[in-house]
Amino acid sequence: MPQPIRLKDHEKDARLIRGRAIVGAIVVFLLIGVLVSRLYYLQVVQYEYHSTLSENNRVHVQPIPPNRGLIYDRNGVIVADNRPSFSLTLTRERAGDWEKVLDVIVEVLGLPEEDRQLFEKRVRQGRRPFEPVPVLFELSEEQIAKVAINQFRLPGVEVTAQLVRHYPLGEHFAHSVGYVGRINEAELKKLDPVEYSGSHHIGKTGVERFYESQLHGKVGYEEVETNARGRVLRVLNRTDPQPGKDLVLTIDTKLQEAAEKALGGRRGAIVAIQVKTGEVLAMVSQPSFDPNPFVTGISFKAYAELRDSIDQPLFNRVLRGLYPPGSTVKPMMAIAGLDAGVITPSSRVFDPGFYQLPNNTHKYRNWNRYGDGSVNLETALMRSNDTYFYDLAHKLGIDRMHDYMTKFGLGQRVSLDMFEETAGLMPSREWKRGRYRQAWYPGETLILGIGQGYMQTTPLQLAQATTLVANHGKWIRPHLAKTIGGVKPVDENPVPDIVLKDPKYWDYARNGMEMVMHGARGTARKVGNSAAYRIAGKSGTAQVVAIKQGERYDRSKVRERHRDHALFVGFAPAENPEIAVSVLVENGESGSGVAAPVLKAVMDAWLLDENGVLKPEYAPPANEQAQEQ
Amino acid sequence: MSNSFDRTLSNEDVMRRRASLLQRLHIDGILLLLLLTLAAGSLFVLYSASGKDVDLLMKQASSFGIGLVGMIIIAQFEPRFMARWVPLAYVGGVALLVAVDVMGHNAMGATRWINIPGVIRFQPSEFMKIIMPATIAWYLSKRTLPPRLKHIVVSLALIGVPVSLILVQPDLGTALLVITSGAFVLFMAGLQWRWIIGAAAALVPVAVGMWFFVLHQYQKQRVLTFLSPETDPLGSGWNIIQSKAAIGSGGVLGKGWLLGTQSHLDFLPESHTDFIIAVLAEEFGLVGVCILLFVYLLLISRGLVITVQAQTLFGKLMAGSLTMTFFVYVFVNIGMVSGLLPVVGVPLPFISYGGTSLITLLSGFGVLMSIHTHRKWIAQV
Repeated sequence: MPQPIRLKDHEKDARLIRGRAIVGAIVVFLLIGVLVSRLYYLQVVQYEYHSTLSENNRVHVQPIPPNRGLIYDRNGVIVADNRPSFSLTLTRERAGDWEKVLDVIVEVLGLPEEDRQLFEKRVRQGRRPFEPVPVLFELSEEQIAKVAINQFRLPGVEVTAQLVRHYPLGEHFAHSVGYVGRINEAELKKLDPVEYSGSHHIGKTGVERFYESQLHGKVGYEEVETNARGRVLRVLNRTDPQPGKDLVLTIDTKLQEAAEKALGGRRGAIVAIQVKTGEVLAMVSQPSFDPNPFVTGISFKAYAELRDSIDQPLFNRVLRGLYPPGSTVKPMMAIAGLDAGVITPSSRVFDPGFYQLPNNTHKYRNWNRYGDGSVNLETALMRSNDTYFYDLAHKLGIDRMHDYMTKFGLGQRVSLDMFEETAGLMPSREWKRGRYRQAWYPGETLILGIGQGYMQTTPLQLAQATTLVANHGKWIRPHLAKTIGGVKPVDENPVPDIVLKDPKYWDYARNGMEMVMHGARGTARKVGNSAAYRIAGKSGTAQVVAIKQGERYDRSKVRERHRDHALFVGFAPAENPEIAVSVLVENGESGSGVAAPVLKAVMDAWLLDENGVLKPEYAPPANEQAQEQ
Repeated sequence: MSNSFDRTLSNEDVMRRRASLLQRLHIDGILLLLLLTLAAGSLFVLYSASGKDVDLLMKQASSFGIGLVGMIIIAQFEPRFMARWVPLAYVGGVALLVAVDVMGHNAMGATRWINIPGVIRFQPSEFMKIIMPATIAWYLSKRTLPPRLKHIVVSLALIGVPVSLILVQPDLGTALLVITSGAFVLFMAGLQWRWIIGAAAALVPVAVGMWFFVLHQYQKQRVLTFLSPETDPLGSGWNIIQSKAAIGSGGVLGKGWLLGTQSHLDFLPESHTDFIIAVLAEEFGLVGVCILLFVYLLLISRGLVITVQAQTLFGKLMAGSLTMTFFVYVFVNIGMVSGLLPVVGVPLPFISYGGTSLITLLSGFGVLMSIHTHRKWIAQV
């Protein structure tokens, strides 16, 4: 059928559009009718309701903050709870000239001018109209009485009871659990304004920060009727808040305290990990600090004292302290060498007390200048022989070394749930080219073989690497939360297990580490001899290069602070590993002499009962015992 | 003699002699009167809503002045002249939108604006509110009506390009208004009812699909809050609860100018921009709102009369679309504030504070005036 030719028919077009304009006009009329009837409904039918709302009695929606989830240690000991505390709140809209009211508060309570500025800052941070802003926390009975008798001079000021976070165990958990603090302006911009409408605190560090979303809970609210003066007359409607989830830590308070005692007031760090589960049993960074003042707002002076202290109590050495691992990497290096095929358990290296690269006169020295003679793997670990590991490193090469050490977690964040962990550094050719624009030198590989040079590790990484040796390469990220709301934390980014060509390689490394503690010439035999079970361990020494800038020069202390850091890692019982521990003693000088006894004290606290006997559940399997006998 | 001399004059000359000053300036007196009424009312309400902020009033008044001048300048161009330049304006507008999307990346977040420092700062998506209906009107005016499927598809494509660019910015409110302005041209052009009903029917499964597969959690939350604001009385529900209280407490006659409590005690958010109708309703009551709606109704009626009387197809389509889109602004804004529609950022035309929307709206009315005052006088006589 041929298409008819369409001609423009202006008359028809005009009729069409006129029709559409009429339809449009009808729709407009109808919809304006809808608007008018809606307004009629609101303004005439519901007039009484709305005018009651707005004029005589104002209805306010008040958020009710949820109770923050409690934190327990693994045995149910309370680590963080919420204590009722009286605070002084100010509602700007009801105070009239609120700056004047602040002056009266300061005058009545006899507070310094410095506090008044703090109050002013807090009031200015108020978010919604008619929100009572807390200006002063933890009022004493006397202060409450003073406010009460001066109430007539203090419009808009109220004493309210609030639940405030409290850490009964104080400084024991400051570096693992962290603390909550007042929400600051930067955080305010990122927060969900509804969920946090009633909350004044937020997790700042540690577990409190990492699990903030689950610990916080869901906000509730109530509609209250208030009179013209803002006094609450009655509650119209209430939706209860949902409290935050309770968190159970993996840490054992008794072991934590025992570990702190073992460190004996020295600066340092201890991490203890349960080998089979990856649970962190103790996490010590000393010196520590009391987190409680941070909750309600620490005074500037007290904070400055903590911040500027030469001992750096605020510094989390476990997660952020970077130290060259020293000889503690030797077991990992040995496993890398075995798996790469550059050494065998029986291959030997002759140690004259130093190592030289071919065609090079530079001497890389063993710590023992006289040399250990011909050494095999076991002896090399037992004696911590540097020459053997120079040779191993040279044969392994930087590329393979980097790959293996990365598998052990060096140079990357290893934890599941620890806030602000640093990655440390495991150098590679690419890294050096990017950082220094230089090629890699063979000599740099050698010193990496004994854990010196560019390498930087945290005590947590060393503990995790040791756990991996104990656990035959099975990767479980170390974590601090055993359960949150009854549920185990899930590792969404699991690390692949280390698979060796021959699983026996793990045993060779373990044997060497056992010899360190129990061998006749083991570097830590003094500690090993007194143990009620067999320990596999390795010492290490990290050189302190120089005092950091900004530290005060103190003649009596400088010398001490130039001394080497002492390191020791290990796991026990060696045949059936239950616990892996890494110990760092700042300026402790001797890994075997200073750090090893600390390690043993921590292991004793976990493995032995009150009578000093190995708990039966940690006894080595019967067949292995028989073999040894 | 003089009598016969008159007869020898052409009709056009007769008209020119009768033409008043307003007609010579190509201004439509009725529209101008209504616009000035709204402007005066706007300043009254704004004075109260802004908490007696005279600076803000002066800004709004000067924006209105600039808009009026722009409107009169636009009214001088013949619709035929406009139609000739529409394709270029469309291409230019799309290019500016692309520039916004590209340069917006550099300027970190300020993705809706083109900013030439010290010279000019503007929102190209605003232009599209005028260019969009003009483009579709230009395209369809060259075709036979009602449009055939092929022409509908091309029109939808012409709408789709700038809309998707605006959505990328992202600015859902403006994108919807641009779609609306283009769709109204199709409606005026006699789009068959079966297509309209079909599109409406297709929206339901699309909306269901969007809910499950496209919308983010927070967007769903917004829809849920609209459906029952009481579920979120601290967040966006707060606005609606408060604005309803403001409107409702106004009653029939209102609390009186400057006496609204809801707005003056900071209960009402955005009280001088998107939610200004709540202030008007609180202070002037149902009577005040009805008067405002009546003025809007007169404006829209005048727009539809201009549509019917326009002599070119382009003029008819353009005028019809601009008028209907204007009504959509009014309806969406009042519907939103009174809790009939979800909260989207659409200002109340000529009343809300804000220069950009004022200038765009007045430009639209400039086009209407041009369409009406450039008709061939012969046909009128």
